[in-house]
This record gives sequence, structure tokens and C-alpha cells, in this order.
Amino acid sequence: MEGFLDIFFRAVFLENLALAYFLGMCTFLAVSKQVKTTIGLGVAVIVVEGLSVPLNSLIYNGLLRQGALAWAGLGDMDFTYLGLLSQIAVIAAMVQVLEITLHRFFPTLYHALGIFLPLITVNCAILGGSLFMVQRDYGFVESVSYGLGAGFGWALAVVALAGLREKMRYSDIPEGLQGLGIAFITTGMLSLGFMGIAGIRL
Amino acid sequence: MTVKHPLTAPLIKENPVTLSVLGICSALAITNSLTSSLIMSVALTTVLVVSNVTISLVRNLLPPSVRLIVQITVIASAVTVIDQFLKAYLPEAASRLTVYVALIITNCIVLGRAEACAMKENVGTSILDALGNGFGYSLILIIVAFTRELLGRGSLMGYQIFEPASQGGWFPENALVMLAPSAFFIIGVLVWAIRVWIPEQCEKPDFEPMPLPKREER
Repeated sequence: MEGFLDIFFRAVFLENLALAYFLGMCTFLAVSKQVKTTIGLGVAVIVVEGLSVPLNSLIYNGLLRQGALAWAGLGDMDFTYLGLLSQIAVIAAMVQVLEITLHRFFPTLYHALGIFLPLITVNCAILGGSLFMVQRDYGFVESVSYGLGAGFGWALAVVALAGLREKMRYSDIPEGLQGLGIAFITTGMLSLGFMGIAGIRL
Repeated sequence: MTVKHPLTAPLIKENPVTLSVLGICSALAITNSLTSSLIMSVALTTVLVVSNVTISLVRNLLPPSVRLIVQITVIASAVTVIDQFLKAYLPEAASRLTVYVALIITNCIVLGRAEACAMKENVGTSILDALGNGFGYSLILIIVAFTRELLGRGSLMGYQIFEPASQGGWFPENALVMLAPSAFFIIGVLVWAIRVWIPEQCEKPDFEPMPLPKREER
């Protein structure tokens, strides 16, 4: 149990997908102008990340990895080169299914997430989560806690940045630095803050 | 539109990274060494050219409802080839780039150009556009990597330029420049520099303070 908590907290703070690995930056900078919208986006990322990482883990360990298909008489076949294609297909299909399900059963949540759900398909944080899962050789349960942690960390970072940018609306920023420039520098400061927690282990 | 435009405009004036905020994930992550940045630039430009050409060739056969899936599949196949190539011939570089080569799939520049250019233009324009955007991305990557490696380790592409203090030289190595936050700072300053040079790119502030009344009106 401690091991899983450790994975979760490391994914949230130390190995924060946005601030330490720069994943999902395009959406991160484009959307983080208002706290309200980022909360919707954050929830969407947590849900998709929490589902897609375990699902990709099942597919990778059960079908693609070398020797995984031994029961079908394909003893030492190695399908890992199909990993990228299968992961992006799983994510795209999952987002689509999730969208339909939410639309049918949870219309309020569906409207709250709005445009962000389809956009998440091309968010590198989601694909990055699955790729890190493969690289670090996480099992199924580990990948559940990693997926949730990674999604939560990303959501935390984007909400924090939106809060800072809302405050900064009233600051006197030099003309050329207005908007994108200052957003980059603020993210840098935020990332510096998250690094201060480095070294904590549960 | 002249032939020159799609090749030269994305270099600085319409740079995909600093103007439209596309594809910065990898631009920030692997820029702590110039060698990895160069490999990454070549990889991204190749993927961009391959995907733009392929999509431009089939653009008239694609029904709009499935075009995104087709585009993603084309891009993912190109990236898989590059990824396997790097793993086979440059294993050391591939292990340093880790997941970022694979993440070219979700690099918004590639999908963005497929959608904005390759779906509309003929093959020739698409190639030029892909090269231009690839070079624009590479330019930013190389500038950031140059700064970070030189200030962080005193070296360029692994060759020592400044004698580092840890080996009895004069140059104090700066570990912060090698860490994540400094990449944000450098790109932020770069965006600032470009916008001072080309003021039309400046964004309007969200909030303007009320002008103070003039002295005689008080």
C-alpha cells in the first residue's frame, strides 16, 4: 500500500507531468486564464488519465510485450513496436466512448467539460502518462495509482497557474512580455516551487 | 501567395513555438543538451514532411468526419518508424530522448500543419510549409539548447568550451540552468525579445488602469 501511495505522491509533486516533464504545455498555457475553466479541464484530465493508463497497461502487458502471446503459440514474438499506434488509438477511442457515456448518463458533467474532452486526445500529458508507464514497467495496480496521480498533478498545476494569472491581470507588465511571455516565466517560478518538495519519500 | 512565403514566414514572423504556442512540450524538455536538440529537430522535421506529403496526397479522398483519425494514424506511423530507427542506429541518443520522440505524435505542430495546410494545399506547398515550420521549431530549440548547455556545463555538443570550476577552471557551472524551470525562463525571455522586435505580435492587456486626471483638471 505504501508503495502505491509513494507512486501517487511522486507523480503529483516530484514528477509532475506539466512542471517537471513539460507535458501538455500547449493546453496548459492556452487555457490557464481563468480558474473556473481550468477546474473543468483538470477533472477531464484526471478521469482520462486514470482510465487510459491502466487500460494501456493491460494491453501492453497482455498483448504486446515479448512473450505475452505465448498461449496463442506466438512464444517469443515481440509486438512492442505497435505500442505507439495502439496507445494513441486506445486514448482516442476511450475519449470518444467517455464522451458518449457522459452525454447519455451525466449530462451536467458533460456540459461542464464541454470542448475539453475531445481536445484531450491530442494532449501530450495523456500519451506521456502511458509512455512513462511502459518505460517504468508498472504493473496494473501501480499503473492505476500512477495514472490518477499524474492526472491530479497536472490538474493541480494548471489550476495554480490560472490563479496566478488571474491575479496578474492587474499588474503592470512590460508590453512585449504581456500574455505568453509572462505566462512562461510564471510557470518557471511555479516549477521551481514544486522542485522544493524534492526528496520527500513516503 | 508567393512560393517563398510558406518556407520563410514560420521561421520568426509566424514561428509555431513563440507565436501560436504549439509543440512546446518537447521544445522545453530535451533542450539541456545541444546534441539531443539537433536529433529532435531532425526527427520532428522529418515527421512533419512525411505527414504533410501523405495527407496532402490523400486530401481529396478523405471524408471530413474521419479525417482526424486518418491524420493521427499517418503521424503515428511516421513517428514509429523514426522511433525504431533511432533505437536501432543511435541507441544512446534514443535513451536520452526517452519518451519525447514518441510524443511527436501529440506534438500540436504536426497535427496543426496537417489540418491547416496539408488538407488544403497541393504537395509542393505542403512540403515547403512542413520544412518552414520544422526549421522554425528547430531554431527555437537550438537557441534554447545553446544557452542552456553553454551556461549549465560550459560545453557545446559535449565539447568543453569553458573550463569548468570543478576541474580547476574559471567557469562556475550553473546547475539551475540544467533544471526544468530555466527552460521556461529562457523561452519567456525569447518571446519577449521577438515581440520587442516585431511589436504587432504583442497581446493586448486584459485590464487597463483608468487614466489619471491631468493636473489642471484636479
